[in-house]
Amino acid sequence: MYDVAIIGAGVIGCAIARELSRYEINACVIEREEDVCCGTSKANSAIIHAGFDATPGTLKAKLNVKGNAMMDDLSRDLDIPFKRNGSLVVCTKEQNPEYLHTLLKKGEENGVPGLEILNKFEAKKLEPNLADDVIAALYAPTGGIVCPFHFTIALAENAFANGISFFLNNKVEKIDKKDSCYEITTDKQTFTAKAVVNAAGVYADTISAMASKENIHITARKGEYLLLDKSAGTHVNHTIFNLPGKMGKGVLVTPTIHGNLLVGPTAVDTEDKDGTNTTEKGLNSLSATAALSVKDLPMHQVITSFAGLRAHEEGGDFILREADDTPLFFEAAGIESPGLSSAPAIGVMMAELIKDRLHLEKKPDFIATRKGILNPTALTLAERNELIRQQPAYGNIVCRCEMITEGEILDAIHRPLGARSLDGVKRRTRAGMGRCQSGFCSPRTMEILARELPLAMTEITKCGPKSEIALGHNKEI
Amino acid sequence: MNTYDLVIIGGGPAGLAAAASAKENGIEHILILERDKELGGILNQCIHNGFGLHTFKEELTGPEYASRFIKKVKNLQIPYKLNTMVMDVSPDKTVTAMNRTDGMFQIQAKAIILAMGCRERARGALNIPGYRPAGIFSAGTAQRLVNIEGYMPGKEVVILGSGDIGLIMARRMTLEGAKVKVVAELMPYSGGLKRNIVQCLNDFDIPLKLSHTVVDIEGKKRVEAVTIAEVGPDKKPIPGTEERYTCDTLLLSCGLIPENELSKNAGILLNPVTSGPVVSDNLETNIEGIFACGNVLHVHDVVDYVSEEAASAGKNAASYIKNGKKNSKKTVTIYPTDGVRYTVPSSIHPEEMADSLTVRFRVGDVYKNCTIATYFDNELISKKKRPVMAPGEMEEIRLEKDILNSYPHLSTITIKIEEA
Repeated sequence: MYDVAIIGAGVIGCAIARELSRYEINACVIEREEDVCCGTSKANSAIIHAGFDATPGTLKAKLNVKGNAMMDDLSRDLDIPFKRNGSLVVCTKEQNPEYLHTLLKKGEENGVPGLEILNKFEAKKLEPNLADDVIAALYAPTGGIVCPFHFTIALAENAFANGISFFLNNKVEKIDKKDSCYEITTDKQTFTAKAVVNAAGVYADTISAMASKENIHITARKGEYLLLDKSAGTHVNHTIFNLPGKMGKGVLVTPTIHGNLLVGPTAVDTEDKDGTNTTEKGLNSLSATAALSVKDLPMHQVITSFAGLRAHEEGGDFILREADDTPLFFEAAGIESPGLSSAPAIGVMMAELIKDRLHLEKKPDFIATRKGILNPTALTLAERNELIRQQPAYGNIVCRCEMITEGEILDAIHRPLGARSLDGVKRRTRAGMGRCQSGFCSPRTMEILARELPLAMTEITKCGPKSEIALGHNKEI
Repeated sequence: MNTYDLVIIGGGPAGLAAAASAKENGIEHILILERDKELGGILNQCIHNGFGLHTFKEELTGPEYASRFIKKVKNLQIPYKLNTMVMDVSPDKTVTAMNRTDGMFQIQAKAIILAMGCRERARGALNIPGYRPAGIFSAGTAQRLVNIEGYMPGKEVVILGSGDIGLIMARRMTLEGAKVKVVAELMPYSGGLKRNIVQCLNDFDIPLKLSHTVVDIEGKKRVEAVTIAEVGPDKKPIPGTEERYTCDTLLLSCGLIPENELSKNAGILLNPVTSGPVVSDNLETNIEGIFACGNVLHVHDVVDYVSEEAASAGKNAASYIKNGKKNSKKTVTIYPTDGVRYTVPSSIHPEEMADSLTVRFRVGDVYKNCTIATYFDNELISKKKRPVMAPGEMEEIRLEKDILNSYPHLSTITIKIEEA
């Protein structure tokens, strides 16, 4: 019997798991996909919002600002890349600059530090590629960029190191309330736990309805993105938002923490909660909308496009509570933007709630830090050569676009909760994430996975069961 | 730091021919750096025949063609390092590379020949909407899986793009038991060689749909269906023309891009049409002593021309190493226009040029019964009749040194397509 079973291994489930692992606890995370970070957490804007956008007094406002402030320590403890590149909301001459003042006021009320309204010249000085029509901007120095994969994976690895169990490829089908516990049945096995945390993203309403009558209603809101080559990565240095205007809700243009340029998202509600397909209409609309705030975007340098689904709850705010009708059934639902930014604070808040109800004690030997995959480019030449001498795999480049070595891929596979698929390797190391989009390295990464796991080549998948890459030997089919 | 007269980046057909030529022209200290585990480059996975018709007057497979040059390089005792990735090339010709045994190391070269080849255009660059499941491969990746690893990427296949690798893979997959349902091509003409259309599609009753593109990919884990549609003159899909094909695999053969990341970092000027370096008649880039040849310079249609061009690069690099920079007083610019998309080279030094210089280029559309006209400034110099020209096949003209030098005030050579 577990004290707590967390359903969902996205950034929220993993943040809650890590915060709970500070206590003497027997807890597990149950995830339907083959890896952590496979839903909303893997396809979003990859930014840490400053926190001026949310309505003052809401959980979104409170937890965004708190989560943002936690990122410096957390990124250091978990060894993940994070940068406060600052953000700009730009207002063009067709828009009402009053709205910037409204945002500023909201931001100040939310406790966002350092907000400032810049005139055209000040804004252009910070960001020369702003569109010529830009007349003013709201500058938020605390806005940041992060790798959502590394962030989620690091939280999971650290939770794992502190004793939390992870069950992947387990889709929850049923939750039964027994006298003193919950029975959670997946397509693989049954778990019993005193408390349940619902962190199931776009499926949080489905999971909630299995145990509670609280009637959460989640709509999947699709956001399509374009990712540009690293050679376009310095087109802007800040995260640039446009004001909502006649073109609809704005899109952002931002450098990513790894040096690419990201443009997106669209916002279209969709019926299909696994509907992460991109559309011609969506992708085409992005360039036009982005051009309102940033000029001369090198759209011919797009290397990939993708779509993510935000878990929009009708009430508009995060739902973070114990269900009224179902004791010890905790909801972390409706976590749309600024969900990634709020994740550290959501983890703390949910862990506090659960700790109080289960009377948990602090663990004296909590391990607060985690070491990421070694990045050889951060070493001096002498250090790098010593590493290659000891582990020659670090001398073998597998992904030539991102210059990722076999050593890094081996680390990704063999660390706790390690990669089991091409996408798992990609999210951990960036192998396959460059301009050739894995054309060159995928057969080589498949060979490494097959050798190390060990599995047959025909068992290697892109992203878990049913996504096998090679369907048989020659002449076999 | 180790020093070499000549470092050649890439041990494929271009690098091998360049190395042999440089050695035969008197250069002793040559090093070939190859990132794969053997020499030969992409030819190793091109197991079909048809290579070498121009050079050897016989039909060889890719590995056979490569092996002739590998033997030559070995007989000439030219050293090479395998499994070695070049990480950086600096304008002062320092090459930084890495492998398992040497670690990360630097070499100072007197001259460098860029022979890195090209890569395939990926799905993302094509902006194809839909899901992103397993089962979407660039044609070359699928070719490697089938021909090198021995695995089938799929059973029911749709191919987007009629580049040569896509056409070759249509036949290859069919021979291995897969069903290739259709090849869709965005342009109103094929991007590949005519002989490949006949031998790889027509002979196997595989339909080629020109002016068509993929508008949707279905399947969350593995490809389940692909929808193609006809495109109008603006290349946008025409609503109502959609056709859905159930399949498990989508192969992409939508163009090759010279792989010039190293060149860019070295400050080498690239031609936006070819994505390869801008070179003069001796195949030298804007950086003195750095030469380029093969698919890194411009994407070729047949390998024989790669070998020929690379041999010139080797010879020219040898001359540079022995004699230093040429003291060209005069430069003639080649101006491609009216259907000629680019030329390699893009400028000529008439005083030092070879006695006979081949200028290669591609046309931007299909032309029937036209001529390639060459003008020296405003004077028509030659007309070359061509019954058919297509973007998938490289064209060439020859320029003779003695004729060029009989025009002492020549500043621009214009090459264009004209009605016959």
